[in-house]
Amino acid sequence: MKILVLLKMVPDVVEELEVAPDGRALDTEFLRLIVNERDDHALEQALLLREDAGGEVVVAGLDAPEVDDVLFSALAKGADRAIKLTGFPEGSGAPAVAGMVAGTLPSIDGLLPVDLILTGCQALDDLDGMIGPLLAAALDLPYLGLVAAATVEDGGMLVSKEYSGGVLGDFRVELPAVLGIQAAAKPPRYVPIAKVRQAMSTGTIEGVAASPAGPAPSIEVIEMTKPESAGHAEMITGSPSEAAARIAAVLTDRGLL
Amino acid sequence: MPGNIWVVAEHWQGSPTDAAFEALALGRELADGLGVALEAVVLGSDTGGLAAALGAADRIVAVDHPALSDPIGDVAARTIAALAAERRPEVVLVPITNLGWDLIGLLPARIGCPMVNFVQDASVVDGRIEAASLVYGGKMSTRVAVPAGPAVLAVLPGTRPAEAGRITGPPPVDRVAMDVDPGLIEFCGYREPEAGDVDITRQDVLVAIGRGIGGQGNVELAEELAELLGGAVCGSRPVIDQGWLPMSRQVGKSGHQVKPKLYLALGVSGAPEHVEGMRDAELIIAVNSDPDAPIFRVAHYGVGADLLDVVPELIDRLEAAGKR
Ligand SMILES: Cc1cc2nc3c(=O)[nH]c(=O)nc-3n(C[C@H](O)[C@H](O)[C@H](O)COP(=O)(O)OP(=O)(O)OC[C@H]3O[C@@H](n4cnc5c(N)ncnc54)[C@H](O)[C@@H]3O)c2cc1C
Repeated sequence: MKILVLLKMVPDVVEELEVAPDGRALDTEFLRLIVNERDDHALEQALLLREDAGGEVVVAGLDAPEVDDVLFSALAKGADRAIKLTGFPEGSGAPAVAGMVAGTLPSIDGLLPVDLILTGCQALDDLDGMIGPLLAAALDLPYLGLVAAATVEDGGMLVSKEYSGGVLGDFRVELPAVLGIQAAAKPPRYVPIAKVRQAMSTGTIEGVAASPAGPAPSIEVIEMTKPESAGHAEMITGSPSEAAARIAAVLTDRGLL
Repeated sequence: MPGNIWVVAEHWQGSPTDAAFEALALGRELADGLGVALEAVVLGSDTGGLAAALGAADRIVAVDHPALSDPIGDVAARTIAALAAERRPEVVLVPITNLGWDLIGLLPARIGCPMVNFVQDASVVDGRIEAASLVYGGKMSTRVAVPAGPAVLAVLPGTRPAEAGRITGPPPVDRVAMDVDPGLIEFCGYREPEAGDVDITRQDVLVAIGRGIGGQGNVELAEELAELLGGAVCGSRPVIDQGWLPMSRQVGKSGHQVKPKLYLALGVSGAPEHVEGMRDAELIIAVNSDPDAPIFRVAHYGVGADLLDVVPELIDRLEAAGKR
């Protein structure tokens, strides 16, 4: 089974985020990018499927700072081939990117046909769309998102989707298909830095310029701000022991102790 | 002249969901603001009984077809896209729920129109719709000019009170007969979670841990604290994904909705998907080393510090107070 995994970089939101001088986007100057967490689960699920069913895992990353590190680490984890898709015009939205990716895949040597395309079910910057369903529609393939389990079953896949409260919904889908992964069957594997270094010296990342596509729907951001909130927590200051004392006092007040 | 406002009225076990009512309440405001009709789009195989609950809408557009009986976003998206091509709504509001998830992504693709995701609010400004969205895990707000219709707005839970959209009807129903292609996806059924573990929805006190707990080894600390407080430990998605806590302990969109007397959040950032599961807790206290963490916008009390410094102190204090 041949699996294509799409990866993209997103801002690490644990870091402090600032608005750019134009007031409409993030200031990229100090931005730290990490791989979209759900895409990392998609890669893990692909590697697990290959362990079960054999085949090949190809990762394709959208060009961004640090994406090479992520692609090398994918090779170190066991991906068979790594591709970096470049040349997306600055400010391209999700529909434009998906259109370009769909148009580019056929031109990549020895890539198509693939049985399965896996990507994260969502990224925290998906303001104007999600790449998985957009790509599925562009390639006219079936799509299921929020996937928490996937196994191969004669010619198709059995897929479980998450609903609230831990309920799972089971589906059968014909291949080829696009799946938006919520969680892999196991936590994404850890790869020691030495193995990544080794992949850097022996592996290659194939650069592929994405082909231009027709006009795509887009939206206009008027303003980006740090959210103001109606009610903000009363912040408890002081040393850890003072903070603990205050928490205990609040709990006592409320009859919770 | 703008088109009508559509709300996809998703339903579960025979009734519209709270998220559907919330979206209807928002849709009502937009329709009134633009001077157009609010239409609830209902898909299923036997939707007749739903109309009576959908009085917030001026009209119901219902498609009944055997292929729509199962929750397959692919089929729903094609169906609504075909309707939209004919009727040109201004916007289609789709609640962001696990039930409607695939539709959110597929509908704009199938219509070939723009979408605005994570919508927290929307209003009519100078005859045009503007949306406010929460991005980057709740750390930034954006205002977006919604392009002329059709456009899809994916609406976060909690945007309006469900009560505001829960108006009895029934409005007139427009039953649309159309061919629906069943597609390449087959629904096999739902599976309930295995019971046996603590039911976090029934606890008065919850100590919630997020990725900030740092590792499996520190989970014990939270358990000790929970025991002293007479409660249980629950967690955010990454904590469950890492296997530090079982799935039954997850709070949020794909986990449980909890409403304890005390929710003590340790190292939880407060992403919208987490917050929707705990925002109704009576008292929320959050410890997070990032003073900008979104959790502080829903918490009543916040401590901007390392939880590994604060929690042991709190445990000592509770022990000294004779809690053990
Ligand atoms: C469809 C969908 C459904 C989802 N469903 C859920 C769900 O049901 N529940 C859920 O929780 N999430 C859900 N998520 C994921 C959600 O988007 C967030 O990724 C998740 O809630 C983040 O978890 P976190 O706060 O533990 O981790 P992070 O966002 O990584 O935050 C960790 C926090 O810990 C703080 N921290 C780090 N170290 C320390 C320390 N030593 N002391 C104090 N603070 C520290 C950091 O400042 C940070 O704020 C869902 C996502 C999607 C796309």
